[in-house]
Amino acid sequence: MLSENDLCVYYDFDKNPGIKAKGKFVSDRFAYLDDESVKNKLVQFSSATQTNVTFSLPQMHCSSCIFLLENLHRINAAITTSQTNFQRKEVFIIFDTEKISLRKVVELLAFIGYEPAISLKDTVQKKTTSFNKQQIYKIGVAGFCFANIMMLSFPEYFSSGNMEKNGLKETFTWLNFFLSVPVLFFSASGFFISAIKGLRQRFLNIDAPIALAIIVTYARSYYEIISGHGAGYLDSGTGIVFFMLIGRWFQDKTYDSFSFDRDYLSYFPLGVTVMQQGVEKNIPVTQLQKGNRIIIRNHEMIPADAVLMSGTASIDYSFVSGENTPVQKNMGELIYAGGKQMGSAIELVVAGEVSQSYITQLWNNDVFKNKKNPEKSFIHPWSKYFTLLLFTVGIVTLIFWWINDPSKILPAVSSVLIVACPCSLLLSATFTYGNMLRIFGKNKLYLKNSGVIESLAKIDTIVFDKTGTLTQNKPSAVIYQGTPLTNNEIVAVKNITRQSAHPLSKIIAAWLQLDKEPPVAVQHFKEYAGKGMEATVNNLHIKMGSANFINQFNKAAVTHDTGTHVHVMMNNVHMGRFDISNQYRTGISELVKSLSKQKIKCCVLSGDNDAEKENLQNFFGKNVDLHFYQSPQQKLEFIKKLQAQTFSPPGFRGNVLMLGDGLNDAGALMQSNVGIAVSDNTAQFSPACDAILDGSNVQQINKFLSFAKSGKKIVTASFILSILYNIVGLSFAVQGILSPMVAAILMPASSISIVLLVTLLSSLSARLKGLI
Amino acid sequence: MSVLFILIGVSILVAICFLAAFLWSVKSGQYDDDYTPSVRMLFDDSKVKSSSTKNNNTLKPKK
Repeated sequence: MLSENDLCVYYDFDKNPGIKAKGKFVSDRFAYLDDESVKNKLVQFSSATQTNVTFSLPQMHCSSCIFLLENLHRINAAITTSQTNFQRKEVFIIFDTEKISLRKVVELLAFIGYEPAISLKDTVQKKTTSFNKQQIYKIGVAGFCFANIMMLSFPEYFSSGNMEKNGLKETFTWLNFFLSVPVLFFSASGFFISAIKGLRQRFLNIDAPIALAIIVTYARSYYEIISGHGAGYLDSGTGIVFFMLIGRWFQDKTYDSFSFDRDYLSYFPLGVTVMQQGVEKNIPVTQLQKGNRIIIRNHEMIPADAVLMSGTASIDYSFVSGENTPVQKNMGELIYAGGKQMGSAIELVVAGEVSQSYITQLWNNDVFKNKKNPEKSFIHPWSKYFTLLLFTVGIVTLIFWWINDPSKILPAVSSVLIVACPCSLLLSATFTYGNMLRIFGKNKLYLKNSGVIESLAKIDTIVFDKTGTLTQNKPSAVIYQGTPLTNNEIVAVKNITRQSAHPLSKIIAAWLQLDKEPPVAVQHFKEYAGKGMEATVNNLHIKMGSANFINQFNKAAVTHDTGTHVHVMMNNVHMGRFDISNQYRTGISELVKSLSKQKIKCCVLSGDNDAEKENLQNFFGKNVDLHFYQSPQQKLEFIKKLQAQTFSPPGFRGNVLMLGDGLNDAGALMQSNVGIAVSDNTAQFSPACDAILDGSNVQQINKFLSFAKSGKKIVTASFILSILYNIVGLSFAVQGILSPMVAAILMPASSISIVLLVTLLSSLSARLKGLI
Repeated sequence: MSVLFILIGVSILVAICFLAAFLWSVKSGQYDDDYTPSVRMLFDDSKVKSSSTKNNNTLKPKK
């Protein structure tokens, strides 16, 4: 994003932040937003200091709208951040509840020209269609007037003087005059209003040159007609308006049809445990409905607004608001989506809809912790200067033709102002990456945002975690060895494993088939990441975990450990262990082969003991970097070391991709350039990662990386293409050869064609790589 | 040539009528949903109840 200083220099914002919106917006139209029940319906999260809300803005049509909307915090400091979603025409706003009210936020949006379509029931649909209808009326009126003016202008073009008789020429000219008026004041009003509102914020958006071109053409024509010097250029003027409006309409339709809305259709890798008739079932979060009873375990995220039914809820809202202090919730209280449970499992009833886009928004907004891979800005640095450059070219053209051939001033200047289109510069990246995100989603890789794609393209080293990433979680591979457990003890073990989301606990829990029985109360549950857990169930104090963990409490209870084991200790007596055999996912060896072909270095880290060394060396070859007994902190250090390695040319650092478990490897995932959490439909959602990959598709990593590289090439190519278009178009326009009407057709045509091109190219690339 | 005034006047009048019809048709909301009618027209007609055919023999048969 533009740095603070660049923003100040170009747009000449004041150095002191403060209220920039000039003038007062006096209206009672939004008074109903002061009502508490209305507020609760609209906001997505609310606390004493922070409120999250999403608004639908049907007026969003251009890339410069986005700039203004994402800089709301500079207009009013009480707004913390704002993020737009161009394809859905929405803006997500986080504001400080103490400093500004919901009503004032809406009033501000209306004042700068983007009045939100607010829905309390389903009226948002009505508002957007009434906005679209307005556009169609404008097109209809403009088309009618334009066509009639063209017809009345034909005699002017084709006759050789017969027109002066009988005052026909006069009549036609004045008819044209009156026909052009509704076009100027009704059809073209959108451009003028948008340009003025932008100017009020001291910002030149792309409607400004178009508005200027229209005014220039009309002014000249009216002057000629009223002073009797000529017939004017009203066919051109109305033609500009008509073709621009139609072009915008086509653009909208095209953008809509390429909608990369990732709700509903794409894979969203979050699972949740649902209680159906007393039986636990793990379903994808997209199938969740209001009224479902869900179970949320330690460190799992609540996917939708829900009401607490049983259990002690201690909710960590750091994901939503950055507050680390857990909030205690009582039975019957509403818990907002995005909160994480800290402690033993709780039962909730779903009260709201699951919004994938909201959860993804929160994931992206995790700016409190994670500043890497931000959403790629729509605004490329060059586009700042675009409108200014355009006006400069326009002025130079004006001066040039004034000196040489004044008759060419009008066609040259108005074409110059219209033909140059920054839209394709800004939106080609959006559409390429949007299409790629969709394709990745189809292959079960869910990226946080498009910025991750650029980082993926640069990767040259991959670090794999072993448990859960390279190995699968198959319940059939568990064997228990040790003192036989009584029924009571088995029930206790079952209930403690169901509290944890660690892959090994889940394997054991699934093997013990505890989903068929009602849960027993567990007290004093505590989990130690990567090591083990303890709790008291039925008066039995149980500890379960790795050999090192158990040995802490009862020295030398466990002798040399080979293989993946989970030891069980009851009341400080070591009872036995669960042997979990490592089942590797399919396709690992092919993956390693193709990665080495792509010259990507592989490393494996494991928190486990080194019993699997031989197996891993079989897959990866003898030279692979293998490390065992790694604690989460050691994994992080290892990645730092890799990143610090310099290659030639000097200064080039290792770009590391880490594949691991979202919860236990959180630190390492954050440290790496791209961190992918491999999941098998869990409800664990750690914002530490940049992407979530379904376990079944781990072997496609090589394809994902090469696809990301080709995506970058496509964006660069389309960027060059749009600059070329602008240069060619301008070179014709300054010579006065390009008619303004043709320019008005070319402008939207160029953005549509570039959007189509990048979408086709990225889909083609995916097909060639076998991803579609 | 003076008949041209009348002709032009009439043609613009007719065009205005068409514009009015266009604006009215958009306002009436028939274009708000442009997908469902394409599906709706493929539904089969529902069967006419036997009691009603007895009483309404004079009705033309359904298409």
